[in-house]
Amino acid sequence: MIPYIIPSEGTNDLGHDSDLSLRGNGSQPVVRVKNLNVFAGEHHILKNINLEIPRNKITVLLGPSGCGKTTLLKCMNKLTDLYKELKVSGSIYIDDDDILNAQGYIPEIRQRMGLLSQRPFPLPMSIFRNVSYGIKLKGISDKKLIAHNVEKYLREVGLWEEVKDRLNQPATSLSIGQQQRLCLARGLAVKPHIILADEPTSALDPISSKIIENLFKELKKNYTIILVTHVLRQAVRLADNVVFMYYGEIIEQGPPERLFNEPATEKLKEYIYEGN
Amino acid sequence: MQKRFITDKITWTWMLFSLILILTMPLIMGVGLYLKSAPIFEHQSLWQLITGSNWSPTRGNFGFWPFISSSLYVTILSFILAVPVCLFAGIYLTQFASGTLNKIMHPVIDILAGLPSVIYGVWGILIIVPFVSKVLAPFFNVTSSGYSLFAGGIVLAIMCIPYMLNMLIEVFNTVPAGMKEASLALGATYWEAVKHVVVRKSFPGIISAYGLGLAKAFGETIAVMMVVGNRIQVSVNPFEAGYPLPALIANNYGEMLSIPMYDAALMFAALLLLVIILIINLIFRYFIYKATQQ
Ligand SMILES: Nc1ncnc2c1ncn2[C@@H]1O[C@H](COP(=O)(O)OP(=O)(O)OP(=O)(O)O)[C@@H](O)[C@H]1O
Ligand SMILES: [Mg+2]
Repeated sequence: MIPYIIPSEGTNDLGHDSDLSLRGNGSQPVVRVKNLNVFAGEHHILKNINLEIPRNKITVLLGPSGCGKTTLLKCMNKLTDLYKELKVSGSIYIDDDDILNAQGYIPEIRQRMGLLSQRPFPLPMSIFRNVSYGIKLKGISDKKLIAHNVEKYLREVGLWEEVKDRLNQPATSLSIGQQQRLCLARGLAVKPHIILADEPTSALDPISSKIIENLFKELKKNYTIILVTHVLRQAVRLADNVVFMYYGEIIEQGPPERLFNEPATEKLKEYIYEGN
Repeated sequence: MQKRFITDKITWTWMLFSLILILTMPLIMGVGLYLKSAPIFEHQSLWQLITGSNWSPTRGNFGFWPFISSSLYVTILSFILAVPVCLFAGIYLTQFASGTLNKIMHPVIDILAGLPSVIYGVWGILIIVPFVSKVLAPFFNVTSSGYSLFAGGIVLAIMCIPYMLNMLIEVFNTVPAGMKEASLALGATYWEAVKHVVVRKSFPGIISAYGLGLAKAFGETIAVMMVVGNRIQVSVNPFEAGYPLPALIANNYGEMLSIPMYDAALMFAALLLLVIILIINLIFRYFIYKATQQ
């Protein structure tokens, strides 16, 4: 578990996790997927996936609908557990812990990743408690520290000014765009160093999308971001690393300049052509 | 005028008419019962009627408290038994059980919910009444014929469980999977996700399922009547017999004309039943309103 730093007298800011650098060295991949296979009955959803996600970069997962992008993301924080019909095998190393085969401390490994889904799913509680939820799960009970962090992360996603007078209202009273930023804030509040984002802007208007995109550009200084998107332009704008999937397989991966300008496979060529 | 528009108009009028009919039904029933029971108010005050414990129709004494208290006792007892069972069974089936178990359980629950109450009554006489007199009562060091408030409560609980469980399953299943995923992703254990998200999100639905169950339990007649002993008395001992309000009406409807005021008294019993169920409904509506506000 990444420890919370209790602010000493006088300092009121927790700073950003300087302790993250303690995890492995800077060039080592943060997520390593080894021989991942997912079946739903006879249906082979992910076929022997091997993948390394570089630190503090935005890795974009591309691919036609149904190719298994969401499933891959769900494997990374083992949410596949919720779907009993899915049979998952292989390993996924988050830092150095294999989440798929870890026993007992899966919630702690999950807290190293913030999840942003296609539609915002605010928890059925107030705005404040949506953000404090994960903090409390980390065992923090100091009211001041919690309030301080709630404000900090709401500010980080640019939501504080909009909600500071209505923190006790239900989160569902926010607009969809605001809800999505709230979901990002509550994810950041557990101090992950990876962000898993599954088409986070697909339900948003262009302005809200822009806000999220800009946040991601800002966040990648401190976080490793894995982003699923169908918007090619968004991929071009954000990606440092692109992974192209097709029917459960990784067909191509590499820097965006190469993949978008000179795709090696017909399938990617077709996908880019259709996308434009 | 075109035929389509005429159809449209007729459909509208018909829908409006049905709506008005449904809305005025309780009112018509209430007014009807009130008019029929009016003579008894000249005879005794409302307060005397509700709180009086003396029931001797031939002498013109109508105290309804034994019936009201029996009804409340049996209903509350059944509720205490049914509420936790439903909650945990609902959570287990929707959140933990395998698909196969669900495939078996759902039809079973549906069948149980649809069984006529007389079957529960017969079953109560065969199983619950002996169970109360031979097992429960000796355990608590009392003697009981078995025909008791306790037996009524148990039978009523067993009747209400499938009815409320069905609604609870429905309610729990409407919680989106994404919300549970969000909670897990933030570091909750599975049980925490269920508790913080599924149960919390379902809270208004849980209350309304219980409210409907309570109203149904309070008005249930046959099954309870068959096992509760039907003795007119006010008792705090659950191993004693009782005489719920619906049983009073069902048992005495035939002979009511021979004694003066008796028909008015029974109509008043029906009115009382209607009003109490209305009050239960209103109370639960208020809770639901409160819960959805949060
Ligand atoms: N729980 C499940 N049970 C059975 N099949 C599933 C399950 N989850 C996913 N699948 C199947 O796995 C395949 C990949 O689904 P997934 O949601 O990962 O695709 P995706 O790439 O995210 O698509 P999209 O871009 O439309 O979101 C689909 O064919 C889907 O039907
Ligand atoms: Mg998807």
